Amino acid sequence: MPSIDLETEAGRKEALRRMLTIRWFDETAGERFADGEIPGFVHLYIGEEAVGVGACAALEEDDYITSTHRGHGHCIAKGLDPKPMMAELYGKRDGYCNGKGGSMHIADVDAGMLGANGIVGAGPPLGTGAALTIDRKDEDRVALSFLGDGAVAQGQVHSAVNLAATWDLPVIFLVENNGYGEGTPADEQHNVENLSATAGAYNIPGITVDGMDVTAVNEAVSEARKRARDGKGPTFIEAETYRFHGHFEGDEELYREDDEVERWEARDPIDSFAERLMDRGELTDDGFEELTKEAKSTIEEALEYALDAEEPTPQEAYDDMFGADVPELTRFAQQVRADGGPDHDNGGER
Amino acid sequence: MASAGLEAEQTETMTVREAIRETLREELDRDEDVFLMGEDIATMGGVLDVTGDLHEQFGKDRVRDTPIGESGFMGAATGAAATGSRPVVELMFSDFIGVAMEQTMNQMAKMRYMFGGKTEMPVTVRTTEGGGMGAASQHSGTVHAWIAHFPGLMAVAPGTPAAAKGLLKSAIRSDDPVFFFENKMIYEQSGEVPTDEEFTIPLGEANVEREGSDVTVVATQRLVGESLSVADDLEGDTDVEVIDLRSLYPLDTDTIVESLNKTGRLVVADESPLSYGTHAEVVARAVENAFYSLDAPIQRVGVPDTHMPFSPPLEGEVLPGGEEVRDAIERIV
Ligand SMILES: Cc1ncc(C[n+]2csc(CCOP(=O)(O)OP(=O)(O)O)c2C)c(N)n1
Repeated sequence: MPSIDLETEAGRKEALRRMLTIRWFDETAGERFADGEIPGFVHLYIGEEAVGVGACAALEEDDYITSTHRGHGHCIAKGLDPKPMMAELYGKRDGYCNGKGGSMHIADVDAGMLGANGIVGAGPPLGTGAALTIDRKDEDRVALSFLGDGAVAQGQVHSAVNLAATWDLPVIFLVENNGYGEGTPADEQHNVENLSATAGAYNIPGITVDGMDVTAVNEAVSEARKRARDGKGPTFIEAETYRFHGHFEGDEELYREDDEVERWEARDPIDSFAERLMDRGELTDDGFEELTKEAKSTIEEALEYALDAEEPTPQEAYDDMFGADVPELTRFAQQVRADGGPDHDNGGER
Repeated sequence: MASAGLEAEQTETMTVREAIRETLREELDRDEDVFLMGEDIATMGGVLDVTGDLHEQFGKDRVRDTPIGESGFMGAATGAAATGSRPVVELMFSDFIGVAMEQTMNQMAKMRYMFGGKTEMPVTVRTTEGGGMGAASQHSGTVHAWIAHFPGLMAVAPGTPAAAKGLLKSAIRSDDPVFFFENKMIYEQSGEVPTDEEFTIPLGEANVEREGSDVTVVATQRLVGESLSVADDLEGDTDVEVIDLRSLYPLDTDTIVESLNKTGRLVVADESPLSYGTHAEVVARAVENAFYSLDAPIQRVGVPDTHMPFSPPLEGEVLPGGEEVRDAIERIV
């Protein structure tokens, strides 16, 4: 059973709800970052919601995903809780990574989310690895790796696809082609028009779908999942999409024209999906309002949770490094600097 | 030899960022073989705005945007350098060296040696290091000790705008691979920079930034400035000598030893993890060469063997600064 069944009306509403939740999570994160409350970098997923939701809806709950530096949407699509997500953005102890990771590193291994990633192209080898476990243990799961168009230039991506293809591993590679790697257009980084052509080198199916259409993404991933579960190996999918915001918040976006952004915004994946549901008589304007309100209040609650959550104490900087107790780190932690540093009872005096 | 000869020369006030950009401009202008490559360095001007407008002046052949493939372009720089080009690569964040480790360690570092000296490797890798931006572990590393440790690679890390200019020129003009490590928290730091287009600082030469007689602080990058402020604060009580180490490999043992013969006390302040790194090498040189001059236990100020955490209170805990340098000085004076 896919985690959200887009064949049913309830499933379609749930998909819309998740897309709206992602949208409001990211709108809020962007505002709070601009206000200087959130440290580091924030990369928003706004505009790309149909890809994450369409893909994760086709997965079962215990399937794995790997994500990218633009991972908030993947987390919510996979069913992670916005509260500890937001708390992580604020560096709070109750965040998914105890404040160690921030926006770019949110993870919840128990929920099958193997981490957003600050390293472009690092996810696919991890997805292949998860699929290797599935294969070795004969589990009824798959792994899906999200990656950007820019990441397709990384050697490790190709190495991972080749390995997965050679061993028929149950993994899906899903490229979110939003047209740019930071400020450099995809067509200046690749010599093929469609990145799904990559699949040809590995003799696996490669398909390009409309990434603004949640159903199209969902169908492609469902098919790929079935193939993976049938022991036929990986599929390489390219979803054509667009990010409405800059590469990171604060990006001046000198590399693209306003009318290009407007053209894509006219195809907003949330609005167009909502319109389709309205055409089918499954949603009214009021219903849409209601869902939007729910999404907003979910995120407001998450924000409150994050703001109320406690900061970690400085000593926690030394936690989580190893599973083992390492005396060196314990010593560093105990000697918190105000206490006067290392003791020299072995006699430094001359 | 405070700020070697700067008094005699024409200078201009510049930030570290400007010093690097203008040096790149001068070197691109001077030598047709020099070209820049890296992610988003042309149209975008670099994510930390170091290359800025250079693509407008020199065109996109000399200032090249690469795809996001560090192993590919670091290897391509290696191949280009072996065949008569002088590439200057921008590796956006130093943590990304992980992606390009093979081409760096096994090719760039070893080619000249393995080929019996029959090839040159004039490649410069500019990359940015360090915590302080809440950028979390994969964008905050200080990895210069790895590079300095590896035979066949040189590593420099300026602590002032003038050092940035002089060292970058020497790096670009060197026929050996040189990593040029820019601490991302000092781009806005300004200072006097010689305008002379031939101003170079030899690789392997530390600089006494401030003379003192009680304790030597050997510092790098951001910690140079922090140590100088501490030295100012302590003036009257403790007379602190501050050395900008500048070159990690080759390392200027003489300047350190000379200073220790005068002060007898050493603090090493560098943002690398403490174990097996930059500090250890400086301490080893001190102990080997100035053991009988030492009057107190040597102190290390660095990152206590953790990755740089995201959360501000955690990052504040592990990131060394002036306070830690001061505590270290006070422990031994
Ligand atoms: C190994 C590595 N190189 C470079 C970067 C810097 N960087 C972060 S995101 C990004 C662009 C990625 O583009 P793409 O894969 O298309 O994803 P998108 O941002 O479009 O979602 C770059 C170059 C990085 N984080 N990791």
